[in-house]
Amino acid sequence: MPLGHYLVLSGLLFAIGTAGVFLRRNLITLLLSVEIMLNAVNLAFVAFGRVQGTVDGQIITFFVMTVAAAEAAVGLALVIALFRHRESLNPEAFTSLKW
Amino acid sequence: MLALIPLLPFGGFLVNAFLGKRLPKSVSGGLATLMMVLSFAIALMQVLALAGMPAESRQINQTLFTWLTAGDFSLDLALRLDALSAVMILVVTGIGSLIHLYSTSYMHEETDAEFARFFSYLNLFCFFMLMLVLGANFLVMFVGWEGVGLCSYLLIGYYYEKKSASDAANKAFIVNRVGDFAFILGTLLTVVTFNSLDFNTIAMAVKAMPEEAAFGTLSLITLLLFIGATGKSAQIPLYVWLPDAMEGPTPVSALIHAATMVTAGVYMIGRNAMLFEHAPMTLHIVAIIGAATALFAGTIGLVQNDIKRVLAYSTVSQLGYMFLAMGVGAYGAGIFHLYTHAFFKACLFLGSGAVIHALHGEQDIRNMGGLKKYIPVTYWTFVIASVAIAGVPLLSGFFSKDEILFETFLEGHQVLWGIGILTSLLTATYMFRLVHLTFHGEERFHGAPAGAETAAAGAHHAAHGHDAHAHDTHHDHGHGHGKPHDAPWPMAAALIVLAVGSIVAGYVNIPHALGGHAGLHEWLTPVFNVTNCGEVSTTGELAGMMLEPCTPVEERNPEEHAGLELTLMLVSSLIAIAGIGLATYLWLKHREIPARLAAQYPGVHRLLLNKYYVDEVYDATIVQPIKVVSTEGLWRGFDVKVVDGAVNGAGYLVSGFSIVLRLLQNGSVKTYAASIFAGAVAVLAYYLWR
Amino acid sequence: MATDALLFYSFAAVTVIGSLMVVTQKNPVYSVLSLIASFFGLAGLYVVLEAPFVAVAQIIIYAGAIMVLFLFTVMLLNAPREDAAEWDRSHPLYRPMAVRIGAALAVLLALELGWALSRATDLGGAVNAVENPTISSVTLLGEVLFTRYMFAFEVTSILIIAAMVGAVVLARKREE
Repeated sequence: MPLGHYLVLSGLLFAIGTAGVFLRRNLITLLLSVEIMLNAVNLAFVAFGRVQGTVDGQIITFFVMTVAAAEAAVGLALVIALFRHRESLNPEAFTSLKW
Repeated sequence: MLALIPLLPFGGFLVNAFLGKRLPKSVSGGLATLMMVLSFAIALMQVLALAGMPAESRQINQTLFTWLTAGDFSLDLALRLDALSAVMILVVTGIGSLIHLYSTSYMHEETDAEFARFFSYLNLFCFFMLMLVLGANFLVMFVGWEGVGLCSYLLIGYYYEKKSASDAANKAFIVNRVGDFAFILGTLLTVVTFNSLDFNTIAMAVKAMPEEAAFGTLSLITLLLFIGATGKSAQIPLYVWLPDAMEGPTPVSALIHAATMVTAGVYMIGRNAMLFEHAPMTLHIVAIIGAATALFAGTIGLVQNDIKRVLAYSTVSQLGYMFLAMGVGAYGAGIFHLYTHAFFKACLFLGSGAVIHALHGEQDIRNMGGLKKYIPVTYWTFVIASVAIAGVPLLSGFFSKDEILFETFLEGHQVLWGIGILTSLLTATYMFRLVHLTFHGEERFHGAPAGAETAAAGAHHAAHGHDAHAHDTHHDHGHGHGKPHDAPWPMAAALIVLAVGSIVAGYVNIPHALGGHAGLHEWLTPVFNVTNCGEVSTTGELAGMMLEPCTPVEERNPEEHAGLELTLMLVSSLIAIAGIGLATYLWLKHREIPARLAAQYPGVHRLLLNKYYVDEVYDATIVQPIKVVSTEGLWRGFDVKVVDGAVNGAGYLVSGFSIVLRLLQNGSVKTYAASIFAGAVAVLAYYLWR
Repeated sequence: MATDALLFYSFAAVTVIGSLMVVTQKNPVYSVLSLIASFFGLAGLYVVLEAPFVAVAQIIIYAGAIMVLFLFTVMLLNAPREDAAEWDRSHPLYRPMAVRIGAALAVLLALELGWALSRATDLGGAVNAVENPTISSVTLLGEVLFTRYMFAFEVTSILIIAAMVGAVVLARKREE
């Protein structure tokens, strides 16, 4: 398979994730969209690594996954705290950070 | 060693300025006077050393440090003592010391702090004046020039709580500034033309240049410098500050406005004699303005009623003589008159101070009279000085004034000579009017036994500005308000020394025609060294515009014009005696005549009394328009609308922006996320495009 | 090769469709489950790319741990369905400006990437052009990880501790 195909797929996934971030009204689903974006990036790394014939691509994915996990954990903790405060998961409910 | 001469008074200034409040008057006054005396002693030693040197190289130089360098131009803070500055420093330190001594007694009614303040200013003034005359280049001279202007302001406005005094100080400083502006321009032009400001360098360079027949660079430079001199030395058109400067204490008038500061302009021309000699058009202007000022001021002095104002106009008039001398090329004569004038004018001013002191603040001569028997020392010194200024033979004023008139006549300026003679007549007349009205005749002063306390006199007494010497607190000196008492010993000592000087000072320069050696003249000639005078430039089309070539002074055969000189001397002596006689007739014998003349020609009288309304003209044509432009144009128009508008506008702009920008922070996280994303897309696009 | 292409396209299809469903489903539980499906697709792609370790890690960590965490949270919060009325009432085109712009930007990004890719020249070569049998070896992976990337490895452990502590602190019930 040509490398280009993989990259197109990666880009497509990234775009879908971004659209999800903007279009969803549920904090949890928003985080899920972020996960999609991270995975898209992972795919690109592995593809590149394969092209070059090294394992570096996979190692980077390793780290990305770790970070994603940490981020998901903390993000969800935040969502829980926010939910307790406002009883809503709509990001538009939290607008006090303004002038 | 040379630097000590100005630095000693500067030291006195520092002590009195910072510690004066806590020192008793005897210490602060004594210290200041001591500094001046020491300075005089050192000056004398240096001058004697100078005299021992051969005439061609008679200079003592002292360079303190290199002040500035710019490219290939460099300037040092350098002092130079030569024949001309020798005369000046002796005058400044000598007469300065006497006036300091006088002031210790005259100012003794002031508080300790004010007393010290006076002496600190006086010392500072002497420091600057000495820097002015000792300077080896234009810039050091200018430092002194400006400094004496500053001290003049401080001292005229010494009684700063009195509005007229502070106004007079402002006027002096501002009018001086106008002159100084021209002086600066002249200096700049000098730098451009000669690439140096050192006097010797410039003189050497000018010597090689031809005399300018038309109005060229040299004429412009000298004209600008001369305008500066008119400001500092009170000639037309910038003399208007000097009469008002009489608001200052009398010793100030004596020192600054008679003997030293106002002579700075004359000195400056003497110092640059070479330069002026090569610009005959400017010299012409100098001579004409000098003569005109002399006559002009003389006519005004004839009708003034304040004792110090008469002397002020007399000073302006005598300065006119000095400039006349410079203008006809007789630089030595001008300096000679400067030197003798210092003696008798200082004596006259200090004498007037003694009179004012004796009468507890009265300055109007209409309220004086018959003081001769009460204050004999003051009287006799005053009379001696008046005789000297009138030009009676054998006193100093005769020799100096006569030399000026002789040179003027000899150089072919008979009209100017005529003006000079007329002014001589006026001088003798107004001086003796002053003497008669002040010391002779019936006693019209406050508390006089003849009881001249009429309502009119009382009103005069109150209306005229007194010397604040006897201010609102009319306290007496422990004696009754009755008889005027003579000057205390410091004042009397100064008066006597100066009177003696007025008699003998002229003997250093007895002209050859009377069998003398013209000592001062020969002493000064190497400085002026105008040997190029006889050459004239002969480039074709300018030939018709040449002025008469002047005869180099040292080449003139002393015997040649002896006859002419003696004749002219006789004429001026007769004129002087005629003037004294006229004054005696009008103001001693037949007092009613002047009043009748004033009534017959009220217009003329008023014109003279109001000084030809010059101040009013200046006010209307210069001061008021400037005020209007400043208020309406610059203040309301520019400052408020443009400058404030810009600043406020910047403020409004920022606040306008922020009102708009604040909408970005709408609290919606999605918006923030969107903007982050937009940024990322933009950056990516940029990289992709590259 | 044909098998390669077939595998690629099938797994790719799974991934993309899964992602699309994540973004469009109203019920958050359905979103999570679609994402899990999407991850399986990705794992398959990794295997095709001769990265078996990554594929297995994907399943275990992502699909196994992270998604389960998400599910737990969804259940805990009893996340309501996005209100149908709310959703319908505001037609997508009536969304606030930022959202519209965001969506537009996403499209723009996709186009941008597409354009960039079309300009790139050496993407035609097959992905597995370089014959390297060791690339799929876990041993090799371990060696490189623990030698060259040792420091990053250690730092990651700190990151995980920070995340743990953070999560505990943030989600703690406040004692009133």
